[in-house]
Amino acid sequence: MTEDMSQYPLQLEGDNIPMVRFQNVRKSYGALTVLDNLNLDIDMGEMVTIIGPSGSGKTTVLRMLMTLETINGGVIYVDGEPLTHMEKNGVLVPASPAHIRRIRSKIGMCFQHFNLFPHMTALQNCIEGPVQVLGMPRKKAEARSLELLDMVGMADKRDQYPSRLSGGQQQRVAIARALAMRPKVMLFDEVTSALDPEVIGEVTNVIRKLVDAHSLTMLMVTHQMGFAKDISDRVCFFFNGAIEEQAAPSELFENPQRERTQQFLNAVLEAN
Amino acid sequence: MSYLEFLQAHGPRMLDGALITLVQFVLATVVSVGIALAFGLMRLSPNRAVKGFATVYVEIFRGTSLLVQLFWIFFVLPLFGITMDKFTAGFIAVGLNMGAYGAELVRGAILAVPKGQWEAAKAINMTPAQRMRRIILPQAFVIMLPPWGNLVIEILKGTALVALISVTDLMFQARQINISTFLSVQTFGTALILYYVFARFCVTPFMRSFERKMAFKIGRA
Amino acid sequence: MQWRWEWTWELLPRFLDATGKTLMAAGGGYAIAVVLGLVLVLAQRTPFRPLTVVVRELVEFIRSTPLLLQVFFVFYVGPQFGINLSPWTSGLIAIGLHYGAYLSEVYRGGIESVPKGQWEAATAINMSTVQTYRRLIIPQALPPAISGMGNYLVGIFKDTPMLSVIGVAELMHTANAVGAQSYRYLEPYTMVGILFLAISLPTAFFITRFEQWVRRKMGM
Repeated sequence: MTEDMSQYPLQLEGDNIPMVRFQNVRKSYGALTVLDNLNLDIDMGEMVTIIGPSGSGKTTVLRMLMTLETINGGVIYVDGEPLTHMEKNGVLVPASPAHIRRIRSKIGMCFQHFNLFPHMTALQNCIEGPVQVLGMPRKKAEARSLELLDMVGMADKRDQYPSRLSGGQQQRVAIARALAMRPKVMLFDEVTSALDPEVIGEVTNVIRKLVDAHSLTMLMVTHQMGFAKDISDRVCFFFNGAIEEQAAPSELFENPQRERTQQFLNAVLEAN
Repeated sequence: MSYLEFLQAHGPRMLDGALITLVQFVLATVVSVGIALAFGLMRLSPNRAVKGFATVYVEIFRGTSLLVQLFWIFFVLPLFGITMDKFTAGFIAVGLNMGAYGAELVRGAILAVPKGQWEAAKAINMTPAQRMRRIILPQAFVIMLPPWGNLVIEILKGTALVALISVTDLMFQARQINISTFLSVQTFGTALILYYVFARFCVTPFMRSFERKMAFKIGRA
Repeated sequence: MQWRWEWTWELLPRFLDATGKTLMAAGGGYAIAVVLGLVLVLAQRTPFRPLTVVVRELVEFIRSTPLLLQVFFVFYVGPQFGINLSPWTSGLIAIGLHYGAYLSEVYRGGIESVPKGQWEAATAINMSTVQTYRRLIIPQALPPAISGMGNYLVGIFKDTPMLSVIGVAELMHTANAVGAQSYRYLEPYTMVGILFLAISLPTAFFITRFEQWVRRKMGM
């Protein structure tokens, strides 16, 4: 089943191009469809949060954008250019590794389980990408990384290995590591889910700071409804591999239109 | 003849043999490590030809006996124009054989590095080569050191077979002394003790401290 | 160097016969090792401290010295004291002893993989030590031990050529004899290698399948 690729523009044009666009994106594992025909635009500087029951495909959206998962149909655009595809003889064809790397450099990601490199200190984790991938001089990378570690409140732990840090501290270093690559889009995949309740605040506070700075486009998956309500520009409720409802947080949380959204929010509220 | 007299008469010869065993052991270990790294990585290659070649190598060397391989390399390879002196054939055969086992340790250790590490390396946009070199291999190295501790002992024991192609190692000298003296308990007993002391009180403690040092260096301790 | 097919066919019956002997040596040695390994591991679990220490060190000793040397030791030490062991007997003793030490470590790993709570539960329903081992520990320790036991079954098979040095007429011994008579080594040694592959690869495959089957059967 091949798709007609001529329906997809070679690149997005106009005054108001979105930072991220998912166009007709499909993802399946064998016979199991995880995401069905996803269409989603995220504007520059926007903070979009994805909520929904487990198995609804939330995390898959982020992982596809980070190219950790390949897609089975459709095209993802980042900053106006296709990420998953590239132009060849006037049509889009699946992207080469080099093309993916070029576009992927605009995206950073933080994971549920931090995934810090255990054999490197906090500072070494942060400078690894800038020095090895961007080819930045070590001194400069260190100076920048120290600023970032300071921003997340981890400057004093710069020489500690991850095994010596608490979950909240590791996650803050992971945020600094992602920011050190100067991404235009940041992805937060359930970054508080693996944390003890008392340290969740130290991570959400860092993300609040980033939102207040208004420079990054962010896409976040979370189970923290209060947090999502506070900081998002828009909330998407996912159900069964599709967007069931999306709206500004005040509307979606106060006045959900769809029955499934109401059921989900009621269930979450009851659990708390 | 007391045991002391026996040692006075034959000890030096045994020590000469032990020295050869030591050299064979070190060289065979170097060959094993090289083979293990190369074939362990090839076993994980996405290229089917490369992967297939490495798999065939590993299966052949693990599926037959070291002794068969040693004799094949020493007696049959010359027929194809590849001639090695017995000393070289000895440590090469042991190294090729143990390297096949080592390749599986390398492969297993790389696969044992958590998936999140590959993903995090990808998320900071590293190339596949950078991911392997900077992120995966250092962690895999620490994971595979304990099983290598056992494999290194197997390498040491494997070198005893080179006596059968007349490399004058400890095993060889013990046999010679046994033939001339018939003092089998003393001869083979002494050789056993020499192997044991070297393995248990030199090689194993060295590997353990190496493990601890690397684990510490890598922030696990 | 030409491969001589006619000669290969001529040699084949003799090699197949020797393969049978190789399998006998491996099977006999393994039978000894399976039982001896159990003795060695249980001795290490007795509360009598001197015994556990001595057995532990004995296992280490056997595991860290070459099998070839052990084969010579067992074969030549008897006559010095007036006991004459045949090549077969000493070969089986040596290889059984060597692999018994390895198997005891496999058993130990299996036993240690059984959670401590199982022992406590056994105490709670007032089982004797023997009952606990027989009814609870061994059934649970066995599945994780299968892959190790299988690996050493293949291992003992591949180590039987070392018995050729004391005159056990297995495959390697036959190949050496043929080579020495004819001054041709290509066919005999290659045939030995192929015969080994032909047996060890399928065996390893079936062991893996068997392990999966046992695990499924026990709901693990």
